[in-house]
Amino acid sequence: MTARSFCRAFGLAVALCLPSVSRVHATGADITLSAHCPPGFELTARGACELRTFYQFYDSLENRGLGGTRTALPPHRDGFTPRQIDLGRYLFFDPLLSGDGTLSCASCHRPDRGLADGRPRSIGIHGRDAGRAAPTLWNVAFLKRFFWDARADSLEAQAQGPLYSPREMGNDPTRLLASLNGNATYRRLFREAFQQASDASITGPQVYTALTAFEVSLISLNSRYDRYVHGYDAALNEREIQGLNVFRSFVARCSECHTPPLFTNEQVAVIGVPEPKGRPFDVGAENTFHSEKLKGGFKVPTLRNIALTAPYMHSGTFATLREAVNFYNQGRGHAVPKNLHLYLHWHITDPHLTDAEVDRVVDFLRTLTDETFMPQVPARVPSGLAPVDARTKRTASAAVAPAVRRR
Amino acid sequence: MKGWLLVPLAALVAFGAGSHYGRASQSAMVITSGSGGASYSGGFKAPVEQAATAGTGAIARTITSVAGPEPKQVVVVKPGESIQAAVKAAQPGTVIRLMPGTYHETVYIDKDDIRIIGVIEGGKRAVLDGQKKLNDAILYSGNNFVVENLEIRAYKGNGVMGQAGNNFEIRNNIITDSGVYGIFPQLGQNGIVEHNVVSGIADAAIYIGMSDNIHVAHNEVFDSVAGIEVENCRHVIVEHNYVHNNTGGLLAFVTPGLPIKTTDDVIFRGNFVVGNNHANFGAPGSTVSGIPAGTGMLVMAADDVVIEGNIVSDHKTAGLIITDHAHAQNITVDPQSDPNSDRVKILDNVMLKNGYDTIPDVKAVLLSEAKGGAAVDIVRVGPSPGSCIINRHQYVTAGIDDFAECDFTNTANISTYLLAPVPPRKINPADRGKVAYLGICSGCHIYNGRMIGPPVQVIQALYLDNPQGIAHYLARPVKKRPDYPEMPPQDYLDPGTRLAVAKFMLQVTQ
Repeated sequence: MTARSFCRAFGLAVALCLPSVSRVHATGADITLSAHCPPGFELTARGACELRTFYQFYDSLENRGLGGTRTALPPHRDGFTPRQIDLGRYLFFDPLLSGDGTLSCASCHRPDRGLADGRPRSIGIHGRDAGRAAPTLWNVAFLKRFFWDARADSLEAQAQGPLYSPREMGNDPTRLLASLNGNATYRRLFREAFQQASDASITGPQVYTALTAFEVSLISLNSRYDRYVHGYDAALNEREIQGLNVFRSFVARCSECHTPPLFTNEQVAVIGVPEPKGRPFDVGAENTFHSEKLKGGFKVPTLRNIALTAPYMHSGTFATLREAVNFYNQGRGHAVPKNLHLYLHWHITDPHLTDAEVDRVVDFLRTLTDETFMPQVPARVPSGLAPVDARTKRTASAAVAPAVRRR
Repeated sequence: MKGWLLVPLAALVAFGAGSHYGRASQSAMVITSGSGGASYSGGFKAPVEQAATAGTGAIARTITSVAGPEPKQVVVVKPGESIQAAVKAAQPGTVIRLMPGTYHETVYIDKDDIRIIGVIEGGKRAVLDGQKKLNDAILYSGNNFVVENLEIRAYKGNGVMGQAGNNFEIRNNIITDSGVYGIFPQLGQNGIVEHNVVSGIADAAIYIGMSDNIHVAHNEVFDSVAGIEVENCRHVIVEHNYVHNNTGGLLAFVTPGLPIKTTDDVIFRGNFVVGNNHANFGAPGSTVSGIPAGTGMLVMAADDVVIEGNIVSDHKTAGLIITDHAHAQNITVDPQSDPNSDRVKILDNVMLKNGYDTIPDVKAVLLSEAKGGAAVDIVRVGPSPGSCIINRHQYVTAGIDDFAECDFTNTANISTYLLAPVPPRKINPADRGKVAYLGICSGCHIYNGRMIGPPVQVIQALYLDNPQGIAHYLARPVKKRPDYPEMPPQDYLDPGTRLAVAKFMLQVTQ
């Protein structure tokens, strides 16, 4: 049974359960912005949504959000209004944002693919290879640097990357603002979200703010691992605990960079991962920091919801989680091209894990899955285009399915 | 071996020459009495609530315990029984006593207030033997953890490894041949590492990583690549340790690429640092693998390191090397960390028989300063702004002629950077209820509409004055409504939280 059929059965028409077809659809006049915060957030007296999680009962060294089990999360973004967040949701799923109306943000950050896209490298406008894999958006509220090569330092800056890249959404700022300002529904929604006069036009910063507001609402902190952390020992089985202990052992050293509670320390690390066959070597963060010592360096990704986002690494070299884990077990620098000197990270070693230990790490990584706060895909978006991705003809109800399956 | 200081000689000579010219303006010998004079005031002021119990600010304080009063519950584990089973069954506030004998386990502690205390009987200890098959002996993430009196041997990873536990005490353990680090607390605050005997470790015998307010004292560390390493930490005292036959004795580093970027306010005092000339057997690529054998102390990119009252003798490379990231060739760069060792403070130490067979790079610095002798105690390579020294004439030095005279002679006013045991944070049950509601329930229930589960309004009408009824249902839900999916059990929340969230749910109004 889908969420929409629940809605029909129960006969409710609230923001999350849109009414069935009517004439207002044609104009988008029925599209309204939610006055409620998304799950996980509290509406404060000043009308902002603030995150609430058990992790806020804990501390962390130097307030960096790195440590072990009961450690606070890193400082995060929140404080947007319910309407800004909901406006961001419409923008996120609306293919109007791409140069030719075929791609939305959700084309590469798909609700049914762990907010990534399931591809080795994303496919942009006109079928172009975007060059790198789409990272998950779960828990981006806690991140400070964005893109695999850490070249953006805010979500607002990050959003402009794919929007205006000719290999991704292929739009440009002028055309984007023209299409949004040419849409009466968006003009109304932006006025509501940013409390502006009726003749105000939509600006670029407002678009990036709304997208950011939505993205920082994508919180995944209710995995079985989290239940274990908060004191319920039985949340993990024996094999998963063994996996946790290999994961944090100093033989495997996974947690030295994929540090709880976010499972990333957000540093750039050179690990010497091979490119898929036939692809040129990607220098990664060398370009960002203009430092040869960071050649082949990429940002350590979070492992939350990692089981949902195969294939793995910056260009999708590994098809399965087990292959990705096993990469670290094959010896320091085993896949570095012969003619290349890389400054490999000191935690890249030769751990000699047994096959069983590799399996246990994979078992543990599967406990980091939680999509209970999956956002609803809008049934319709202001442009009137099909939400998500017109090209693949996926519909809102299909994309909603994982949210319903979730328990 | 790839040397730590493999830098182009020309650059070093140029650097040395600069120092040489600077020396002409150096004033005459300054003799300072280390027993009189001002004390260093340190870089840490205890928070106000701490000062009330532990004396104020820089006034000498004595803190010998940080994990709080000893718990009353005691569980005894004998050989043949499982230590982990005892940990699993233990409530926070339990002492687990290990009787002498051998155990083969990895013991992990993810709860607070657990103590694992070996019983030593006629010299026989509780031995954790990893048989070179197990990874780590003790892994803890809980707060107020104490481990004492164990013998740990033949593990592949670490002997004792902490991840974010605060207020820890690691005391009187004998750790041999146990992998990468003997004792490695990481990302914790307020800890004691004392009276441990650690040897045969492929990296650091004792490694204090990304931690604050740590006291390392009265340990014996030997036959390892690094003796005691303080890395990306603040407010650490390392004193009265016996550090011998390692590749390098005492290290204070900023390692680039770690998420916490600084090391500052470290005191090395009163240590016996003797004969650390062991061949380097560090793993390729490890930070310590570039340390030249025969290094007594090494300061790299760490700030405000005070070196006082140590006996540093018999090191073939040097007694003390002060350097920066640029001269350490086998490590990465980190645009976010300061690469230099700022404000090193060298007070009175006994240094003898150092630098008698040093590496060519150090020889070059000596030559450039016309100090062609066959010894060097202290060598500095790379910028070290704001540094100072007293009684410099007693050492053979290279590259420190621009160090100022320190305006203090001792650290007598700083007895510890430890904090008094901090009582656990009290969490108001109502807050716990609210967070459970927003952080969990709101994924399926909204106030007045249908999501995955029924509206909160409907639940409120059913349970009106009966939060206990909701709390009970949460633990063991049954399918009630044909048109809704069955609710999954929320039994992972403890009973107190279940009741708190029920109460919160009943008073929600939007």
